[in-house]
Amino acid sequence: MIKYVIKRFAQMMAVLLIVSVLVFLMTNFIGDPVDMLVPEDATLEEIEAARIRLGLNKPLYVQYAIFLKSVLHGDFGKSYTYGLPAMGLIVERMPATLELVAVAAALVLLIAIPLGVYAGAYPKRALSKFIMSGSILGISLPSFWMGMMMIYIFAVIFRCLPASGRGDTIPVLGVQLSIFAPGGIRYIILPAVTLALTNTATMIRLTRSGILENMRQDYIKYARAKGVPAKALLFGHALKNALVPVITVFGLDLGNMVAFTTITETIFAWPGMGKLLIDAINKSDRPIIVAYLMAAACMFVVLNFIVDILYTLIDPRIELR
Amino acid sequence: MERKEKHEKNSGWEQFLKSEFFYHYKKNVPAIIGSILVAIAIFIVVFGRFFAPQNPYDLTQIDLADSYLPPIWQDGGKAGFLLGTDAQGRDIFSAIIYGSASSMMIGLVGAMASCLIGTTLGLIAGYYGGKVDAFIMRVADVQLSFPSMLIALFIMSVFGRGVGKLLVALTMVGWVTYARTVRGETLSVKKMEYVEAARIIGLPNQKIILKHILPNVINSVIVLATIQVGSFILTEATLSFLGVGVPITKPSLGLLVKTGFDVLFSGLWWAAVFPGLYIMLIVFGINLLGDFLRDELNPNLK
Repeated sequence: MIKYVIKRFAQMMAVLLIVSVLVFLMTNFIGDPVDMLVPEDATLEEIEAARIRLGLNKPLYVQYAIFLKSVLHGDFGKSYTYGLPAMGLIVERMPATLELVAVAAALVLLIAIPLGVYAGAYPKRALSKFIMSGSILGISLPSFWMGMMMIYIFAVIFRCLPASGRGDTIPVLGVQLSIFAPGGIRYIILPAVTLALTNTATMIRLTRSGILENMRQDYIKYARAKGVPAKALLFGHALKNALVPVITVFGLDLGNMVAFTTITETIFAWPGMGKLLIDAINKSDRPIIVAYLMAAACMFVVLNFIVDILYTLIDPRIELR
Repeated sequence: MERKEKHEKNSGWEQFLKSEFFYHYKKNVPAIIGSILVAIAIFIVVFGRFFAPQNPYDLTQIDLADSYLPPIWQDGGKAGFLLGTDAQGRDIFSAIIYGSASSMMIGLVGAMASCLIGTTLGLIAGYYGGKVDAFIMRVADVQLSFPSMLIALFIMSVFGRGVGKLLVALTMVGWVTYARTVRGETLSVKKMEYVEAARIIGLPNQKIILKHILPNVINSVIVLATIQVGSFILTEATLSFLGVGVPITKPSLGLLVKTGFDVLFSGLWWAAVFPGLYIMLIVFGINLLGDFLRDELNPNLK
């Protein structure tokens, strides 16, 4: 087991290294940052000076070595637009994004698992078929459009929920959170529901197919023959086994949700790292893009690592390779 | 001889009508709804420009005086502008017709390219194994540890907007699903006796792959491709909405929603509602169909 963990950890590091090379190479294609920095009437000397100040005159591999060294120190340079350290900006906005993802993830679990269990336990009922068709509809919805429609319905027509922003924040254990602030929950409802939508739909389908698959297994037949009541069969046996892959996929979906906050935050003007990224892309703010990607990459890789380890712990059938 | 030929001509279609596949299809209401939606969408793509009231991307046909008209059934609606107009006076109905053609084309071509590359790599990896396999699958693993939306977003932000670039980004994101599934199935098909037999009689590898393995994995590929067309249409719309997809001057449903969003708060709901609704209907139709195909062709596919 320890050997497996070490091996996975080494793989994780290798992936991060590859990602750093790719990110570095590709960001070199994003428009010349010097153009964004110097005034429009800058002389050639001024441009050259800026180039040297940013280290853009050195050969590519030297630039990469410098890049890697500063990345390891958590230094991604200063944002061209804000003039502040890029990593600091990301970290500052991270609680807003994680708060949004956490609320959305809770919504996904609370809605998807009961509906999925129901649709899997009673696949022939009309309600189950309705849930399944509804979940296909959920997958087919463009989430950015759905967000807009909710803004239009709840903020423009009924004026009962705020259309954008995060409201006030209060510090909870040293982190600025809005959901515990008075009225804060009203701000998070629409973005969280938008973010949760697609994942809820996929999670319903996954839970259902897990339950269906388990209900066909021999151990369920034996339990039924033994006289175990239907409820205990469903919740005690089938659900427990069906949840293993569901939890795994859910763990990976958390990463997906972090990526989708770029859309949700743009629509709802939620001041998180996703909106920061989109703004940075539009302004060719290279340090922020790089810092975001590396932070996100770390998040995803660590998430994958944890899910993998947990999976082998939960499911003894998995071979350690 | 003549009779036999005639018989064979009919039998293909007749066999299909009598097949289990068609029997299940007839009884599956969602699948029928799905295929009707897809058929309408394809009809609009092919013939739409013949009945569109205007070409919204031809500046000479747009009149600024017609801007911000509501749909025809509301007060102030104007004949000829069924679903209203946007800020530039473009007819939303026509814009949807033109936009959907380009959005569906991008989804279709992107999925085809991904399918072709992914299936080929999956066949190679599964059949030959060894270092090639290890390399392809490691690349796939690394890529799968990142959300595809983020990869596409990053590629587009690096290379800039453009239909061609969008297709490249979609293909780079999309091939992995095919490669993984096809490789897995190739591995199990490879062990079958008839493949072994083909190998023993000395058939070249290429022929074995194309004639004996591909037909056995094609079902999954069809299912995956169907669903991917839908998801690519959504991805295109999302990227265009974020401003990194199709250039502003080109038709796209995502861009239409974006321009609609800018005026949504002033109560001009139609410019954002209808294009998004149409995206949803197309993708819903494709997904209903894909769901049916999955149940019929390969229920084990996730």
